[in-house]
Amino acid sequence: MSNAATTRLALGPLQFHWPKAQMQSLYRKIADSPVDIVYLGETVCSKRREFRHKDWIETAELLSEAGKSVVLSTFALVEAQSELGYIRRLCENGEIWVEANDMSAVQMLAGKIPFVGGPTLNVVNQRTLQKLVDLGLQRWVVPVELSRAMLVEIRREMAEPIEYELLAWGRLSLAYSARCYTARAHRISKDDCANCCIDYPDGLLLQTREDEDFLVINGIQTMSARTSCVLAELENSPGIVDILRISPQAGDMDSIIHQIDALRHGETTADAVARDLAVHAPGGLCDGYWHGEAGMMNVRQS
Amino acid sequence: MELVCPAGNLQSLKAAVDAGANSVYIGFRDETNARHFAGLNFNDRQIAQGIEYAHARGVRVFIAINTYPQPGNLAKWQHAVDTAANTGADALILADIGVMDYATEFWPDLNLHLSVQGSATSQDAIAFYAQQFGIKRAVLPRVLSVRQVAAIAKKSPVPIETFGFGSLCVMVEGRCYLSSYVTGQGPNMYGACSPAKFVKWSETDVGTETRLNGVLIDRIADDENAGYPTICKGRYCVNDDVGYAIEEPTSLNTLPILSDLVKIGVAAIKIEGRQRSPAYVHRVTSVFREAIDSCLADPAAYRPDEKWLATLAALSEGAQTTLGAYNRSWQ
Repeated sequence: MSNAATTRLALGPLQFHWPKAQMQSLYRKIADSPVDIVYLGETVCSKRREFRHKDWIETAELLSEAGKSVVLSTFALVEAQSELGYIRRLCENGEIWVEANDMSAVQMLAGKIPFVGGPTLNVVNQRTLQKLVDLGLQRWVVPVELSRAMLVEIRREMAEPIEYELLAWGRLSLAYSARCYTARAHRISKDDCANCCIDYPDGLLLQTREDEDFLVINGIQTMSARTSCVLAELENSPGIVDILRISPQAGDMDSIIHQIDALRHGETTADAVARDLAVHAPGGLCDGYWHGEAGMMNVRQS
Repeated sequence: MELVCPAGNLQSLKAAVDAGANSVYIGFRDETNARHFAGLNFNDRQIAQGIEYAHARGVRVFIAINTYPQPGNLAKWQHAVDTAANTGADALILADIGVMDYATEFWPDLNLHLSVQGSATSQDAIAFYAQQFGIKRAVLPRVLSVRQVAAIAKKSPVPIETFGFGSLCVMVEGRCYLSSYVTGQGPNMYGACSPAKFVKWSETDVGTETRLNGVLIDRIADDENAGYPTICKGRYCVNDDVGYAIEEPTSLNTLPILSDLVKIGVAAIKIEGRQRSPAYVHRVTSVFREAIDSCLADPAAYRPDEKWLATLAALSEGAQTTLGAYNRSWQ
């Protein structure tokens, strides 16, 4: 467990649209939590503005003072010129690390300052990763489709040490679109959305016609209804992943974080944590991608 | 305005050339391209024949090597680049940075196009590939409004190609994991969305059910058309309402805005459909050839002909077409 104890915990960027007070409450709690790294910023939709730029920067300061390492995340899908302008502002902030979630942000950062490669960049082999490392990538958040076997091989082939971060707990981000599916469910267009996604703090459930929880709609983003849980990583594969990412959700984040923290300190087992946290995964758990299977499969717990 | 048409075999390539394509794009018979379907695509001999046929008639041939190699199989993609380079193809359509890096190192004189699978949706993203790999063209994902395409076309360091007709990916290409989430195989790493081997049709008391690896995608009544069960075109229940929560079975058709695309400086228009028949390719190519010629002759007077629209509607999914994201109200 000595290796696992040095594994750091990260809180990923908030994927959902929450009222300002709820966001403030989340990050105040995180300031007092065992999380080491916090990703801030809106990554899904530029129309979500409960937090303005000033609020993000103030939150970054609050978390830095609490000893957290802070990273600003950029939009996963960039469409409007105004969105590009905002990404440029983030990339040129001069102080806080940036997670690049599309190639626009990579272009703004490449060769200038070190950056984090986000999970929505298309990086699935060593040659691609090496090229981005040459341009300043220092931490890589592994894309959801990547299996453990692929990551092991990429890591073995890489000449330079970088940090590897993996989504350990949270719904998987599966797709982005120009269309807002939350607005579509309300029979309105994106331009008239009135930020209706704020009514769905964990996204809007999409079920099959036989009532199976299948996907979750979150504005222009489509997510898995199941919660990805690859915590067994902490027990069985020391040295493969340096940072475990936890994705914020509306439920009891304290208990999720404390369980995973206990796991990295060897005070509990992955199976026990998965069992205890199942209540926070209403659509069930999955870990298929990590085991080289269909993403929705639950290999470890089945 | 260059017309870029699909070909999944030699007959389709000839059909596209004969019907007036300026360029034809093709792929190898493996997972190195995003139409990795059984019985489709070209072997080395067919590629040589296809290029000879096209070049003799002044038509260019592009080879798509536009999926993402994984650890341990990069050599297959590199071999595809070597083979393509040796065929005398006019351009390679690539998506993966590692594959581009290889192509630039070993074949510095190759014409590279950034595939739609590269997910570049801004002039900055395109500039990355232009600066690092000298790409000569970028294909834009189908997630941008006409105004957004115009802004990018104006500021892009290389010419822009956009989609004009065919099956509509509603998710940004190159970053959609819906198929691999359900089946383990998707467009990015395997080269196919909703692979046929995972599809099951069954007759039940409540209609025909279509499943993908066991997940119910739709249930179709006797009087309804059954589309191929891609996840984004299924019917689901959201907020107690059953319907096409993501998109109806429909095809993209840009004929109504062709003069706008010309005006904003789109350099090439792409027809989707390497998996389609030679007859399909011939019909769509003919319509677009006529439309582009009419548009270029007199852009101000251009109107899509009713005959063209009827021909395309008959070839479309669910017999209906849409402007997709080009039209903001669709979004």
